[in-house]
Amino acid sequence: MARVLINLPARAKRGELIEIKTLIAHPMETGYRLGPTGGAIPRDIINRFTCTYNGEEVFRAELFPAIAANPFITFFTVATESGEIVFSWTDDHGNTQTEVRQITVE
Amino acid sequence: MRALVLAAVAAAVAAAAAEIAPQDRHSGYDFAGPDTRAMQDDDTANPGMLGVLQGETLWAAKTGAAGRSCADCHGDARTSMKGVAARYPAFEPALARPLDLEGRINRCRSEHQGAEPLAWESADLLALTAFVAYQSRGLPIMVRADAELRPFVDLGSALFHRRQGQLNLSCSQCHDDNWGKRLAGAVIPQAHPTGYPVYRLEWQSLGSLQRRLRNCMIGVRAEPYDYSAPEAVDLELYLMARARGMPLETPAVRP
Ligand code: HEC
Ligand code: HEC
Repeated sequence: MARVLINLPARAKRGELIEIKTLIAHPMETGYRLGPTGGAIPRDIINRFTCTYNGEEVFRAELFPAIAANPFITFFTVATESGEIVFSWTDDHGNTQTEVRQITVE
Repeated sequence: MRALVLAAVAAAVAAAAAEIAPQDRHSGYDFAGPDTRAMQDDDTANPGMLGVLQGETLWAAKTGAAGRSCADCHGDARTSMKGVAARYPAFEPALARPLDLEGRINRCRSEHQGAEPLAWESADLLALTAFVAYQSRGLPIMVRADAELRPFVDLGSALFHRRQGQLNLSCSQCHDDNWGKRLAGAVIPQAHPTGYPVYRLEWQSLGSLQRRLRNCMIGVRAEPYDYSAPEAVDLELYLMARARGMPLETPAVRP
C-alpha cells in the first residue's frame, strides 16, 4: 500500500464548494529512462484516478508519463449530503488503491 | 593588461570571503519560488510528508535479531526525539568522532536491533531520518561546538573554504560570497542545512544532506566524498554549526 495524504474538510455547509487535495507516493517511472546497464526501465505509472461521492463519480483524471513522481491532484466539488468520498488510484499493473473519507454536510 | 585583470580578480576574492553576518542569514526557503514555498508550507501538498509517514511506520516495526522496534526503546518519538535532529551531528565517544543522524540511526540498528545498517539514500533510511528530524521542526539548530566537537567543526570549515575540483572553486566562494546571484537557472542559496532530508523537485524524492553536498562537488568537478566518509560528516557538522540558531524545516522542499 502506497502512502497517501488526503485533505478535505470533515464538515461543510450544503451547497458549499470544497477543495480536495490528494497526494500519493509513486515513482511514476516514465518508461523512457535507461537503467545502469543501458536497458529501458519499464514504465510504471498511475494511469487513472477517480473520486466518487456517495457512489457518484465527481472527478476523474487520466495520467500519462511526464507527470512527476508522487502525483498531487487537487479539485473542487460541491458538498451535497453527508456520506463517503472514495478515492482510487490505478497503476500500470492494474492494481488499485482505494481510500475512503467521511464528510458531514449540514 | 592581463596581469592587471588578474590582480583585480585576486583583490575581489580577497575582499570577499567573509562570513555571512547572523542577521543576513537566509534559509534556502527564502530563495525558492512561491510555488515551491507553498508546497513546503502545506503538509498535505509536501511530498516529503509521505516519507515522514513511512518513517512513523518503520519506527514501530520490530526488526533485526533483537526483534525490537525503535519505539520499544525510545517510546513516543514526539517527546523522545524532540530537538534531537537540531543537535546532530553529535559526538560519539565510542568512535571518537561525530556521527550524523543517519549514522546514529544505523548505529542503533547494528548495536541495538541486531540488524543490518540501512543503505545510504535508501527509502527506509531517508524515511526514518525524516521522521526523527520532523520532531524538531521549528526548533533552532543547536549543534554543540564544545571541546570534543570543535576540531571537527574546524576540519569541516577548512573543507568549506578550500578550492577544489576542475573548476577550482570553494563552497565559500559560491555560498558566502555570491549567494543571491544566479548560477544558470538556479539562485545560489547560502547552503544552510535547515531542511534535511529535503524533498528536491529535481530528484523527485527525498534526499540527504550528503547527497546535496555530492551534487555541489560534482558541480565543480571534484570527486565527491563517499557516503558517511569522515569528510562528509565534518562538512555537515560545520554547516550545522554555521546555521546555529536557525529553525529546522524538515521536510523542506527545494528546487
Ligand atoms: C559554483 C557554485 C557552487 C559551489 C562551488 C557550491 N555550491 Fe552548493 N549550491 C549551489 C547552488 C546553485 C545551489 C542550489 C541548487 C538548486 O537550487 O537547484 C546549491 C545548494 C547547496 C545546498 C542546499 C541548501 C538548501 O537550501 O537546502 C547546500 C547545503 C550546499 N549547496 C552546500 C555546498 C557545499 C558544502 C559546497 C562545497 C563542497 C558547495 N555547496 C559548493 C552552488 C554551489
Ligand atoms: C535496544 C534499544 C534501542 C533500539 C531498538 C533503538 N535505539 Fe536508538 N538509542 C538507544 C540508546 C541506548 C541510545 C543512546 C546512544 C547509544 O548508546 O547508542 C540511542 C540513541 C538514539 C538516537 C540519538 C538520541 C540523542 O539524543 O542523541 C537516535 C536519533 C536514535 N537512537 C534513533 C533510533 C531509531 C530511529 C531506532 C530504530 C531504527 C532506534 N534508535 C532503535 C537504544 C535503542
